[in-house]
Amino acid sequence: MRSVQRTPTRDTHASLVRDSSLVWLASGVVGVSFGAVSVAGGLPVWVPVLMSLVVYAGSAQFSAVGVLLAGGGPVAAVATGLLLNTRTAAFSLAVAEILGTGRATRFLGAHLVTDETVAFALAQPDPVRQRRAFWISGLGLFAVWNLGVLAGAVAGSALGDTARYGLDAAFPAVLVALVLPALRADATVRRCALPGAALALAVTPAVPAGVPVLLALAGLLLHRRPAAEGDTA
Amino acid sequence: MNTTLAVILALAVGTYAFRLVGPVLHGRVTVPPRVQELAGAGAVVLLVALLATGALTESGGFAGWARPAGVLVGAALAWRRAPFAVVVLAAAATTALLRLAGVG
Repeated sequence: MRSVQRTPTRDTHASLVRDSSLVWLASGVVGVSFGAVSVAGGLPVWVPVLMSLVVYAGSAQFSAVGVLLAGGGPVAAVATGLLLNTRTAAFSLAVAEILGTGRATRFLGAHLVTDETVAFALAQPDPVRQRRAFWISGLGLFAVWNLGVLAGAVAGSALGDTARYGLDAAFPAVLVALVLPALRADATVRRCALPGAALALAVTPAVPAGVPVLLALAGLLLHRRPAAEGDTA
Repeated sequence: MNTTLAVILALAVGTYAFRLVGPVLHGRVTVPPRVQELAGAGAVVLLVALLATGALTESGGFAGWARPAGVLVGAALAWRRAPFAVVVLAAAATTALLRLAGVG
């Protein structure tokens, strides 16, 4: 799959679509359950549907709706959702170059910055493939997520308990598959990421949702430039 | 204005603002190579932290054994360079089977 070919376009597209489709499938089912959960909790159909189109961030949507349904008040709902989404700022910096150069491209692409698309794009070996991966996985994910939410909201809670399908293990597994090559290849990144993740796990019981992952960035303090190899900068 | 609509719009505007940070800064300010390097490494750090907390925790507590076991099976397959589809499907299937067998 990684072989360098003279005309790689069709193969590249096919393999990107094939790998993306599993992420789409898992997200689609989560979207169905988001729609179903919201409506089953008493919200009108337009709430999950509009939220998915304009907010477009799974974990933040679940927590905002969770706070609303638990009677937590609008300010708490917004604060929780935004806190969870702060990480997209860091992600958007990491993929800024990948999105493309036109103004419309960048403004549209920004809306598609999610954990999934960033992980998928950054896992690709070269810039051309990174851009394709971002847009293919991003546009597909947006379509599937919103269709899933609509279907779930309309159908109510027909799917039942999605934990039965083990789908909650799918996204962490997607991340493992995507970040493992970077971790394997780069000792510096490994030295930041592993203590960062350990810190996030350690503080999870004590701090609000969204904070643990941000605190993991403290791992970057261990990021040293490879000065040994004649550093001139 | 309807409160729920206000919640949705506030979340949407705030989230989109976060997402615009990269594209807006890009090309406007010259980002030093060191910062670019850190942004790239930072993305991996965030993803690994998401993966660890996503695999092991649920609402601030332990997520039970079925999910981490499934992710571990996926990780082992990914380590052996199994195809992406195999990694993801094996993780979900392991977790589903463990739950079917009564493991939390």
